[in-house]
Amino acid sequence: MTTSPADQREPAVDPFPPAAPGYVPRRTLPLRVEAVRQLRRRRTLVVGLLLALLPPLVAVAFAVGGAPDDSESALLDSATASGPNFAAVCLYLSAGFLLVVPVALFCGDTVASEAGWSSLRYLLAAPVPRWRLLTAKLLVALAFSAVAMVLLPLSALGVGTVAYGWGELRLPTGGTLPGGEAALRLALALAAIFVGQLVTAALAFWLSTVTDAPLGAVGGAIGLTILGSILDAITALGDWRQLIPAHWLFAWLDALQRDVEWNGMLRGGAVSLAYALLLVALAYRHFARKDIVS
Amino acid sequence: MRLRWPRNTRRAWAGLGAFALLVGIGTVGLAVADDAPTVRRVDRVLTMPEEPGSERTVGIDTSYFVAESADGGAPRPAVLLGHGFGGSKDDTREQAEALAADGYAVLTWSARGFGASTGQIGLNDPDREVADVSRLVDWLGERAEVAQDGPGDPRVGIAGASYGGAIALLAAGHDDRVDAIAPAVTYWDLGEALFPNGVFKQLWAGILFTTGAAAPIGGELPAEAGVDPGCGRFTDELCALYQRVAVAGASDPEALALLAERSPAAVADRIDVPTLILQGQHDSLFPLDHADAMAEALRANGAPVRVEWLWAGHDGGISESGRTEERITAWFDRHLREDASADVGPPFRVTRITGFDTTNGDTLLAGASGDAYPGLDGEKTGTVELSGEPQTFVNPPGGAPAAVSTVPGLGGLGGFTGLGFLPAIDFPGQFARFDSPPLTEATRVTGSPTVRLRVSSDTDEAVLFGKLYDVAPDGGSESLPAQLVAPLRVEDLGPEGRVVTFRLPTVDYPFEAGHRMRLVVSSTDIGYASPAGTARYTVALDDLRLTLPTAPGVATAATPVPWWVWGLPLGALAVAVALVAPRVRRRAAVSHDPGLAGTPLAITGLTKRYARHSDRYAVRDLSFRVERGQVLGLLGPNGAGKTTTLRMLMGLITPDAGEITVFGHRVGPGSPVLSRVGAFVEGAGFLPHLSGRANLELYWRATGRPAADARLEEALEIADLGPALARPVRTYSQGMRQRLAIAQAMLGLPDLLILDEPTNGLDPPQIRAMREVMVRYAEGGRTVIVSSHLLAEVEQTCTHLVVMDGGRLVASGPVAEIVGTGDTVLVSTAEPMTDAWLATIRALPGVGDATDTESGVLVRLDGAGPETLVAALVAAGIPVSGVMPHRRLEDAFLTLIGGA
Repeated sequence: MTTSPADQREPAVDPFPPAAPGYVPRRTLPLRVEAVRQLRRRRTLVVGLLLALLPPLVAVAFAVGGAPDDSESALLDSATASGPNFAAVCLYLSAGFLLVVPVALFCGDTVASEAGWSSLRYLLAAPVPRWRLLTAKLLVALAFSAVAMVLLPLSALGVGTVAYGWGELRLPTGGTLPGGEAALRLALALAAIFVGQLVTAALAFWLSTVTDAPLGAVGGAIGLTILGSILDAITALGDWRQLIPAHWLFAWLDALQRDVEWNGMLRGGAVSLAYALLLVALAYRHFARKDIVS
Repeated sequence: MRLRWPRNTRRAWAGLGAFALLVGIGTVGLAVADDAPTVRRVDRVLTMPEEPGSERTVGIDTSYFVAESADGGAPRPAVLLGHGFGGSKDDTREQAEALAADGYAVLTWSARGFGASTGQIGLNDPDREVADVSRLVDWLGERAEVAQDGPGDPRVGIAGASYGGAIALLAAGHDDRVDAIAPAVTYWDLGEALFPNGVFKQLWAGILFTTGAAAPIGGELPAEAGVDPGCGRFTDELCALYQRVAVAGASDPEALALLAERSPAAVADRIDVPTLILQGQHDSLFPLDHADAMAEALRANGAPVRVEWLWAGHDGGISESGRTEERITAWFDRHLREDASADVGPPFRVTRITGFDTTNGDTLLAGASGDAYPGLDGEKTGTVELSGEPQTFVNPPGGAPAAVSTVPGLGGLGGFTGLGFLPAIDFPGQFARFDSPPLTEATRVTGSPTVRLRVSSDTDEAVLFGKLYDVAPDGGSESLPAQLVAPLRVEDLGPEGRVVTFRLPTVDYPFEAGHRMRLVVSSTDIGYASPAGTARYTVALDDLRLTLPTAPGVATAATPVPWWVWGLPLGALAVAVALVAPRVRRRAAVSHDPGLAGTPLAITGLTKRYARHSDRYAVRDLSFRVERGQVLGLLGPNGAGKTTTLRMLMGLITPDAGEITVFGHRVGPGSPVLSRVGAFVEGAGFLPHLSGRANLELYWRATGRPAADARLEEALEIADLGPALARPVRTYSQGMRQRLAIAQAMLGLPDLLILDEPTNGLDPPQIRAMREVMVRYAEGGRTVIVSSHLLAEVEQTCTHLVVMDGGRLVASGPVAEIVGTGDTVLVSTAEPMTDAWLATIRALPGVGDATDTESGVLVRLDGAGPETLVAALVAAGIPVSGVMPHRRLEDAFLTLIGGA
């Protein structure tokens, strides 16, 4: 380390600037940087692989064990009818639990893992403003979650098309949709699932600001989601169940009805969004003045 | 969790028999809320003559419902509620209570032969059942609380389903005092209902007759004289009729005449009151064409008519009773109470299935409405071309096995008929089939499709059943809309056969694009009687075109979205803003002290309590300053509050009191001035999965500052990691991380560098190098703060000292000032020190003072160097065994903190 007088950058105008030259709060922790920081983590790759490999596994299972013949569910019945059908079935199989995991993982891990690595204090002292840190982390975690969610049906669509051919989507309620429109409907279903998962994301995110243990945040979010499903099974709660986010876990199937049934998706989305807003606000509020002792 | 597809088709038939009451089953609704007025019910048996002029009487069991009204019993309109076949007045009780609570005087009654009423079933005989209703109207005409249009002429409406709907129509035709009616799922012409197009609707007829003939559940047949057990409560006349046609499997003119006389159609030209017609789409007993005939006749009389096609009919389906009861109430509000604001609904409404509720599997119904009733032929007609050669098929002897469409009462075999899962069954050799090409666009058929066929038979007549299937593109699944079938008897065919127009069942059904329509003409159907003898029919398309009625003007209204779909997120947003806003505002308060602009660090009155111990202080009333170019040592034992102070300085912890300014700017969480501070506090913090170089690069990019300002290579030189730089940090040793972290702190050459225990885990050469780095860093006019509990470290590198203990400042100032001036050495001797030697030492030139201590003599040099002292001591004959520099600071430190 050598420092000579020539190295010293003393600004000519203000010898005592309020910040280092070039420092602008809202340019700190750019989304791209945060994405690169998270991308090469092993858990990112594992989650990606898991979701991409599930459809081939399901296809193999169908090939070995025979296509499902379930009189209860017309959707499962038609799993091997076409690529879009296979994708819909894979979504159906994973929407209940599997897709919750990447969301809880990516969002629950945000702040807590930085705290665990002790890198949080250096980011905050850089300084990355706290709101900025939360925003960047939340957006990147949501983007990762979205990509993870897209990965599964995309892989399923590919695998299904190879295995069963491209064709129309046989709807669970009867009738069919041409392949192109089916793909759009699947995209809509996926969007609905994503909005429905916002509550899990926000819950995990909030927990992540509260605890320094990433697994605590992830597990807490998944646990509460399961609790919601259990509560929703108590029919005695009647209309109150509409306020349980898990009540709308399968509202996205409305996108696979003959005419898209918006009502259920809108309600589910509204409930999820409302909780998500509150939880994210709690996260910001808590983190804004939190003493960082990690 | 499993998906449950809709399967809650309500079995309309269950329990009560065929004329089940669909409208009015089991809804209390919200009408009978807690604040609803108390409804009083009075049960009476009214005695009426069996027939006009007859000596014999029957007892009609009635219930009268009136609410205790606030206006002291002002006259109110009356409503009569009729029940379904096989039921009794009890079926309409809840609807009656709701209507009474809405301010109507409601009278329900059990028709003759049903419930507790005596007498025989006359199938709404004008002289019996219809006359009974007139007497009930008479009775209402004497009630003070019932509004009257004239003497003995009450303001009265009649509603009822099925059998009760027919009596509403009949009473309106026979008695001019009836002011409005709302018949539901009922018949216009009973003969046509039981013998549609001359084909005997055998199964339904049998069910009806059995229902009427059997004893009511839990009761007994009336022990009146001359009751034939085979006829039950039916009048002899009707009993004989049924036995005759059932054996013949066909109608006869006498039977048709009798049924016609008892049907509303008989008084078609006399029904002119406002009528709300509710008919079921899933109704093979009284299909939609009865409603159509009703609507046509009433409109010709100038009566206001509204038509609704319900989802459910006698075949079952999803009940909409809650909604329809509301509509019926609104209908009476408008036409009996003359409330102009009452919403009587659209002129035509049809219930459609939009899908199902994914949360509970319930089917979702939506209403489509039109400005006019389109009739059976629709607003418009389209055509689709069928293809198929003339086909010959047989009528099996005895009519068995029979094709299956609807089994009465089983709700289309319990299947989900609306979206078509259940194929009907046709037996090979018993039907002809004509397919359309795949539809180029989706077509919703609303009405009754027709087709022209050429029919010939080897028996000169034919009984045919027409069905229009929806065939999915894969060819596998065909579904029969509403599970309905249209029967047709053609006679006098002659050798050449005849051309007939075949009117297929009236449905409201969406055929998807790509689907085909399939016309099936069969010789049998399980619901109907077909000729017992073998016959051979040939059916050909006379016109390839199948005419399809459509009603594009009938549109489905969007299902209303509840308010909370928008309200909930908006409310949450408001709460969220309220939660976050105060924090944001506080953050905005930035203070700046220009007087301190040149001072790298000024701490005043800094106080921080431990989070869970309000009485224990981590830092208490700490104040000190650091000036430019200083290397400040922050010295104190573990737990002295050094790290807490540094964390507050980095904006990580918020002080309870006092303030920290860096270059005159107050430090808080994320203060921009922190960009001029580089810090290494309490160990390294890296992303373990990334290499050392990537960590530093990404850290710098996270600051958002220009890459050139980083001086990355210089920092990496300090870290001295060599090829390990490219390895993931998780493989690093403690010392490597330490060096990398210090390098990170120096990125961008911050004006104030904070290093917390920087030499921990370093080996001696690295420690020496690190000291040089720190000293040189400060030489450039920058400032360094080093915290340590190691004296040697601060002693050798620092220019100034801050000593802390127990969270308090113990001393601060230049190192020399704290330690005192002058050099001190510790002299040890081979023999115990004597007073004489001590005196000799004190007398030596250049020696300030000498003190005997346990470890040796502490000599303060005043001008002399250590080497001079040693020479002088040796010269004086003192057996010197060692001279070493005294650990001055350690003493000072221990003294200052009042320690051991």
